Amino acid sequence: MARKQEVLQDVVIKFAGDSGDGMQLTGTQFTNNTALLGIDLSTFPDFPAEIRAPIGTIPGVSGFQLRFSSDRVFTPGDACDVLVAMNAAALKANLGALKKGGKIIVNTDGFDSKNLRLANYPDGENPLENGSLENYEVIRIDVTKMTREALKEFQMGMKEKDRAKNMFVLGFLYWLYGRDMSNTTDFLKEKFGKKPDILDSNMKVLQAGYNYGDTTEAFAITYKVEKAKMPSGTYRSVMGNQSLAYGLIAAAQVSGLPMFLGTYPITPASDILHELSRHKNFGIRTFQAEDEIAAITSAIGASYGGALGVTTTSGPGMALKAEAMGLAVMLEVPLVIINVQRGGPSTGLPTKTEQSDLLQAYYGRNGECPMPVISASTPADCFEAVYEAVRISVQHMTPVIFLSDGYIANGAEPWKFPATADLPPIHVKFKTELGHGEEKLQPYLRDEKLARPWAVPGTAGLEHRIGGLEKQNITGNISYDPENHQLMVKIRQEKVDKIAEYIPEQKIDSGAAKGKVLVLGWGSTFGAIKSAVSELIAAGHEVSHAHLRYVRPFPKNLGEILKSFDTVLVPEINNGQLIKILRDVYLVDAKPYNKIMGVPITKTELVEEIRKYL
Amino acid sequence: MRESKSMSETATAPVLTAKDFATDQEVRWCPGCGDYSILAQVQKVMPTLGIPRENIVIISGIGCSSRFPYYMNTYGMHSIHGRATAIASGLKASRPELSVWIVSGDGDSLSIGGNHTIHLLRRNFDVNLLVFNNQIYGLTKGQYSPTSEENKVTKSTPFGSIDHPFNPLALAMGADASFVARTMDRDPKHLQAMLLRTNQHKGASFLEIYQNCNIFNDGAFEVFTEKGSKAQETLFLEQGKPLLFGAGSDKGIKLDGFTPKVVNLADGYSADDLWIHDEQDIYKAQILTRIFDDPKVEGHLPRPFGVFYENDRPCYEEIMALQIEDAKARKTADLDALLKGKETWTIV
Ligand SMILES: Cc1ncc(C[n+]2csc(CCOP(=O)(O)OP(=O)(O)O)c2C)c(N)n1
Ligand code: SF4
Ligand SMILES: [Mg+2]
Repeated sequence: MARKQEVLQDVVIKFAGDSGDGMQLTGTQFTNNTALLGIDLSTFPDFPAEIRAPIGTIPGVSGFQLRFSSDRVFTPGDACDVLVAMNAAALKANLGALKKGGKIIVNTDGFDSKNLRLANYPDGENPLENGSLENYEVIRIDVTKMTREALKEFQMGMKEKDRAKNMFVLGFLYWLYGRDMSNTTDFLKEKFGKKPDILDSNMKVLQAGYNYGDTTEAFAITYKVEKAKMPSGTYRSVMGNQSLAYGLIAAAQVSGLPMFLGTYPITPASDILHELSRHKNFGIRTFQAEDEIAAITSAIGASYGGALGVTTTSGPGMALKAEAMGLAVMLEVPLVIINVQRGGPSTGLPTKTEQSDLLQAYYGRNGECPMPVISASTPADCFEAVYEAVRISVQHMTPVIFLSDGYIANGAEPWKFPATADLPPIHVKFKTELGHGEEKLQPYLRDEKLARPWAVPGTAGLEHRIGGLEKQNITGNISYDPENHQLMVKIRQEKVDKIAEYIPEQKIDSGAAKGKVLVLGWGSTFGAIKSAVSELIAAGHEVSHAHLRYVRPFPKNLGEILKSFDTVLVPEINNGQLIKILRDVYLVDAKPYNKIMGVPITKTELVEEIRKYL
Repeated sequence: MRESKSMSETATAPVLTAKDFATDQEVRWCPGCGDYSILAQVQKVMPTLGIPRENIVIISGIGCSSRFPYYMNTYGMHSIHGRATAIASGLKASRPELSVWIVSGDGDSLSIGGNHTIHLLRRNFDVNLLVFNNQIYGLTKGQYSPTSEENKVTKSTPFGSIDHPFNPLALAMGADASFVARTMDRDPKHLQAMLLRTNQHKGASFLEIYQNCNIFNDGAFEVFTEKGSKAQETLFLEQGKPLLFGAGSDKGIKLDGFTPKVVNLADGYSADDLWIHDEQDIYKAQILTRIFDDPKVEGHLPRPFGVFYENDRPCYEEIMALQIEDAKARKTADLDALLKGKETWTIV
């Protein structure tokens, strides 16, 4: 049936349903489909905190937000154009984020009296019937009924049939946005190839959803979003934890170091373990330790033995690793400590995002215990940023903290992945014999970077002992000498500071090198800041955006940049952490913008905030 | 044995002696500390193992005992309290060819590091865990430890400890250790023999060494170590041999059902009536570790020393390496293919 096709520039869809409704899968499939068309996109999955929260309740709602556009996009969008609500709780939880006049695609079966009650609607109130949705375009589909109908010939239980409901919605959306469905049919074939019943039923329902759109007169328009104008090249879609895992694998391959991951499962970092453990063919050793302390210390043991030791965790695990980080600082061995931050303190908000572990990364250890800190700003950026973390760690013989967060970890975006041949080299030197005139190894004799030699067990003639006690400069022998301790503290600090000479200068991401307002961010606020600043620049304002990857040490020119603006605004998803350090280091009267709600800062609120300083 | 050459080295590898394993660092234990004897025996045994010195790594935690690596001219790490076992796990996992020794105290491996100890044992890394048990916190100057006896008066328990102590070997058995043994600082021969066995065992070896802390817990093991009482109070286990003890081996242990009983050979019992030690027997080993009586209590059984249990089962690092080899054989490591993934699109 020929339909009118409307071309849209920018669409935000939120898929919302019960945790068991398969909304993450639906969202991911639609995302991949979108990506393959060369449309730019950004996603934001929003998981319930409990794995099996009571069915039908608001805590049980699982969401997946996808923004796609023929323009470049840097955030998953502040508000939605389309809300898919599989039940009443999903509607209630997400209606606030829907634009006025937006579309709501509802599964009417999810609005029976039981579902309404579970979603805490007052007795007798049904939002589908009481006129409360009159400012929206509501598309009612009895997805359950139609799924069952499509499967009436199938010999399977009702529960099993109902599991394919999300395919109906997906099929319908594919039709609505004029898509070819082959990526999903391929996916289903691969996933359920060995279970023909499930494969057939999913395919059938997917097609039924598509046909429903195609044959139902009620839907007069389909939509299309054109390819985005992105730099030429070959792209794929990638999630933050995934690109982080790839960055580690790449760094291990390029440096020639075998990787050892010591870790303990924790949301939202576990997917890095899951991903890495699949790639044993790259020689990667993954070790699910008994706790975070064993996770980091086993990685230290591996690094001591000449491997690339890595440990991954989130806030509470980071707290447990603190003492061992101090050991790594004293041993001066390479080690990459990855913290995928989540809302804190304590167990906090496990599934929500926050940037509140920066001060912990900076200062959260006993003694004078400096460590470099590197952060990622977007899902795809994790690759390059963690690659840098590895480079710094092995070339400067130091543990490095790498900060990501839940928003980056689970978000997806197009990634112009590099060719292996284009990856910068990571040179690693092991000490293999005594130097000229050296009678025995001087484990703390340093090179121009102040890095000490990496002399690993198995190397004849270099036997030596190291440990967490203060050591004499150069010889590494235990020393309680007062002068020596001061010297060693200063050297360890200088060694970290010196890394500034081996990292790129800070760039201005958008806007001029000087002007009225500099919005300075780090981590996952990148998209929101970039979008807000671009909008204001387009409106003729003197605003710039710089985003830090190297948080410790800061790039050499950062002080100069800060001085070139009347106001420095620092948006953070915390109570003001980077800003404290900036004030301390640069004596700059920077202004904070803090949001601590477990959700990203939006472009809209940021534009408003920046305007205050214009 | 002492003269044997390193097996993995060429024939020209120098023959090492105990001296080659000593360092120039001043040994800082209190005079008379049992740690000296253990160090001496380890330095004597090491050159006989046929392992190139550079392939030996000693990892320790924190405590008096954990100073050990500084005095051994091998690779070594004096780490943090309780974590030597976990550090050793990561090292052994990534460098299976190394000979990894862990030196730890009763507090280090059974209190703060208790968790890592049991997990190391169940995973069965091929490492040697030496627990210097002095039933006290030496380094922190004399608080009771998780192996201190009940009612013990220490600095932190002026009215006597109300903690029930661990039975370290029973704990090791419970964690499915594949080698469980006990020895003492004051019996150099036995200590050497146990070190050799510990090294020979492929898998996680748990060797408890009774060590006298003459400053904070002097004489804790006196009844087992001193001439006058040793024969009565100790039971030296030997594979395939009956459990005999006492002056002139005049007594033995017989199993009465599941209960060990002391019998006098003079009462007409012969070796055939006695419990014959079988290191492979996990059930009997459990009972043996439970022979843990307080020597002050009337009718107590003698304390066993020797190898309680040994069992051959796959080591973690081996299986890990195998999985990797398998994965490599099945799929070549193509980084470009990995980064590209399954679905891509091109923008011109
Ligand atoms: C995290 C931490 N907690 C506490 C201490 C203090 N401390 C050092 S050694 C020790 C106990 C040592 O006892 P044990 O392991 O039995 O060794 P020993 O000195 O008796 O050989 C304690 C509590 C420490 N170093 N680190
Ligand atoms: S305090 Fe005890 S264990 Fe520590 S060195 Fe002195 S005697 Fe040995
Ligand atoms: Mg002790």
